[in-house]
Amino acid sequence: MNNTMVDDLILLTPQFVLVIAGMTLMLLEPFTAPAHKNRMARIAVVAAAVAALSLGSQWRDNPHTILNGMFIVDNFSLFFQWLFLVILGVSVLISMNFNERESINRGEYYSLLLFACSGMSLMVSSYDLILTFIGIEILSIATYVLAGFKKNDIRSNESSLKYFLLGSFATAFLLYGIALIFGSTGSTNYQAISELVTATLEGNFQTTTLIGMGLLLVGFSFKIALVPFHSWAPDVYEGAPTPVTAFMTVGPKAAGFAALMRILVEALPFMADAWVTILWCLAILTMVLGNVVAVLQTNVKRMLAYSAIAHAGYILVGIVTNSDTGFSAVLFYLVAYTIMNLIAFSVILSISGIGDTRVELDDYAGLARKTPFAAAALSLSLVSLAGIPLTGGFIGKFYLFSAAIQKGYVGLAVIGVLSSVVSVFYYFRLLVYMYMKEPEETTPAPEPMSLHIQIIIVMGVIGILWLGVFPDHVLSLADYSILAP
Amino acid sequence: MEISHILSWVTYLPALVAAVIVLIPRGSDKAVKWTAFLGSCIIFILSLHLVFHFDASQGSMQFEESHAWIKSIISHHLGIDGISLFLVLLTTFLTPLAVLSSWQSITRRVKSFMICLLTLETGMIGVFCALDLVLFYVFWEVMLIPMYFLIGVWGGERRIYAAVKFILYTMVGSLLMLLAIIYLYYAHGGTTFDLVEITRSLSTGAMQWKTVQEERWLFLAFLLAFAIKVPMFPLHTWLPDAHVEAPTAGSVILAGVLLKMGTYGLLRFCLPLFPAAAIEAAPYISVLAIIGIIYGALVAMVQPDLKKLVAYSSVSHMGLVVLGIFAFTTQGFQGSTLQMLNHGLSTGALFLLVGMIYDRRHTRKIADFGGLAHISPVYAAVFLVVTLSSIGLPGLNGFVGEVLVLMGSFASNKLFGSLAALGMILSAAYMLWMYQRVFLGKLENPDNAAIKDIGVREKLILIPIVLIMLWIGVYSEPFISRMEVSLEHVQQRIVNARNLEKSYWVERLSPSPQVNE
Repeated sequence: MNNTMVDDLILLTPQFVLVIAGMTLMLLEPFTAPAHKNRMARIAVVAAAVAALSLGSQWRDNPHTILNGMFIVDNFSLFFQWLFLVILGVSVLISMNFNERESINRGEYYSLLLFACSGMSLMVSSYDLILTFIGIEILSIATYVLAGFKKNDIRSNESSLKYFLLGSFATAFLLYGIALIFGSTGSTNYQAISELVTATLEGNFQTTTLIGMGLLLVGFSFKIALVPFHSWAPDVYEGAPTPVTAFMTVGPKAAGFAALMRILVEALPFMADAWVTILWCLAILTMVLGNVVAVLQTNVKRMLAYSAIAHAGYILVGIVTNSDTGFSAVLFYLVAYTIMNLIAFSVILSISGIGDTRVELDDYAGLARKTPFAAAALSLSLVSLAGIPLTGGFIGKFYLFSAAIQKGYVGLAVIGVLSSVVSVFYYFRLLVYMYMKEPEETTPAPEPMSLHIQIIIVMGVIGILWLGVFPDHVLSLADYSILAP
Repeated sequence: MEISHILSWVTYLPALVAAVIVLIPRGSDKAVKWTAFLGSCIIFILSLHLVFHFDASQGSMQFEESHAWIKSIISHHLGIDGISLFLVLLTTFLTPLAVLSSWQSITRRVKSFMICLLTLETGMIGVFCALDLVLFYVFWEVMLIPMYFLIGVWGGERRIYAAVKFILYTMVGSLLMLLAIIYLYYAHGGTTFDLVEITRSLSTGAMQWKTVQEERWLFLAFLLAFAIKVPMFPLHTWLPDAHVEAPTAGSVILAGVLLKMGTYGLLRFCLPLFPAAAIEAAPYISVLAIIGIIYGALVAMVQPDLKKLVAYSSVSHMGLVVLGIFAFTTQGFQGSTLQMLNHGLSTGALFLLVGMIYDRRHTRKIADFGGLAHISPVYAAVFLVVTLSSIGLPGLNGFVGEVLVLMGSFASNKLFGSLAALGMILSAAYMLWMYQRVFLGKLENPDNAAIKDIGVREKLILIPIVLIMLWIGVYSEPFISRMEVSLEHVQQRIVNARNLEKSYWVERLSPSPQVNE
């Protein structure tokens, strides 16, 4: 082993930590008494923390590729890996009590989360289509299982099966796209693809490459639930155990966006005209349809599923601009979106009752009387999702739409804000139920929240307000972490 | 001595008081009420400092303070001039009265109620003081949330419908305005959101619109947000619902201050930023304003519900304010600015009075009353003063504003002026008719016999308002002199834009020297 090899391996520490911790949990599972399963959750949190710390020294001005150019270490991947580790930690912590309540507290659950996180990290650090594909699959297979983790619940089964079938379908599109791009350019390495077309072919790419890019976009659109490839999302999000839904609406979505951005910007910049046009259409469809259909939902999880779709549309606006400000806005928005969604789902899962069934709008009537803290936290995250000032959601939308206007996409911005007026209606309807309706006599008060969840919610609330009032730090961090278009 | 950062104090102190109220333990409603009342009184006294140190001879921003906020392009820039001075005071003046008016009528969730009211005050003052476009937008939007809760939680039967309608209407306008703000930022070169600087570059010609369309669209985006808030004729339908369902304090603030944010926005943003587009749009807007004046008055006339009647009278009166602004004459501007203040006082007082009778009888139907003057003479007397102020009787505040607006609009367009005067006659008709039906005649309904006249607390609420009405009515000079110079600045922008247009046409139409040779 030479020195560079050792250096390279050190850069892979976070991945090793996650995977080793995941496998250790699997081995420990049979030897842990049912009463002590929470210990495994703690191991997972410690692993996330260790991985996060080991990333600390990796900030750099110049991107650095290792493993023969397959794996890249840059600020972009670092930014996202940190985000994923936070998502992982929070997901584990909010799952513990839930899993006990639902009697599904098993070690595999946490190791699957760890594997999913390692898959996501791989997706953002990959510099090669094949490795990206492997990352996506590691993530997807783990989430298929997680979605069906309540194996005695028919909705959870449905969720898992649907996710698996449609996900496999998307995977086929992805692979086909990768194959066509490889066939027409002779490489799967991002830089090689880009250089071949821009330098050797002077930008005249073949039609096959274009089709390959199209199929790749279809695959990714499935994974991040863009309209018209979104039909799986509401059912899957509704049926999956709520902590898993929380994880799925933020983690895989952010990872999908990050990987997509890297492919588009670093491998296929020569086709920017084409993918900008396609994504422009998808953004409009996604924002409008996501928000309009969310209005019709009476199940809160389903409503937030459509809201998640709509937010994917907003984020897409940033990618469409294909500019520094747009990409930086995407990074900022993903952070804000992650925090607000995690808070919302933390509240939802802690009041959903045994069986995870009390998730209808009516179950929220008069919640402010019964649990003022939970109601206030959920309200704040909804207000932020709606993009009202002094919250991270506002600053995020502000920067996304500024980027759009800066690049002349005024129409896109107008449609975006008008569709977000629609979103105000359904977010605020939940506020109406919580604050302006009287509680039904028959519904019991939800059991008190566990300390973990309370701490997480308080931190999230501080985070949202911090991003809304003093966004400078995270904005500069985002500026510092973007991929140069 | 001048207090430094006085505007920040006045703006954020209400929120601070609200934070203190959060800490008061549950169940001690009395402490909550007193804290809110005393706190808002202190804020009012503090805001008087602004009047005493205001330099009436200066038309530019005063008490300015500016700190970088986000990425050094968005700043926390506050300042007031003659246009906003009295609106800030109106806000700080009405809030303690609103607190007092809810002393007994709000019985549940008193603590949350006061918190909403005080954060609302912060939002409103912020709107009038903010000189950075994004900061302005932040206050403009943040203020919606407490108002939404005030209507939705403490309102009447159809409160939820009213609250949702209120917020959706406002959001459509304001989000498009946000896009216009961002567009303006990039049109200005992407350096600052500062209103003062952007206005300066526009007036010196350092910044020019690329096309006429650009200015028109931006103007329209701003106009929509403000027209919904005012509300102008076809966009007014949220107002009667919101007013009728809101609790008394909510109605007072809504009519007294919130509606002014629309007309203030027209004066502060639409005219100075887009004068040429404003000139182009003036005839259309004036027509809408006149429709609003007459339509509002006619609809008010047939309302069976007191609160609805006052709500529609607001539509009518605010139409007058808009008409005065778009006359672009000195009297028009002065009259409109004064009329904003007057409308805040008289409509605020009317809602307070209606609230008082509602507390006693739990009805607002005009038909349920009659002959109240016999049993509650003080109440009837105050009601009469306020009614007369609202219809513009000489010697009371409404007269000064209305006459100035009518003079101003008459000078610019005789037809518009006459139609607006017709609206004023209608307003006298419906107000006096309402007064007659409620207070005069015989006391026929036996339920009304037990009505008590107003008490000390209620007198405390009404006396200050009546005094100021008299003051403005008799001696409006101190008010107008402080507005004058700032309004001249706005007018100057319009005059310059007109001249520019004229010189453009002169250039186009007159034969050029080359042709002569």
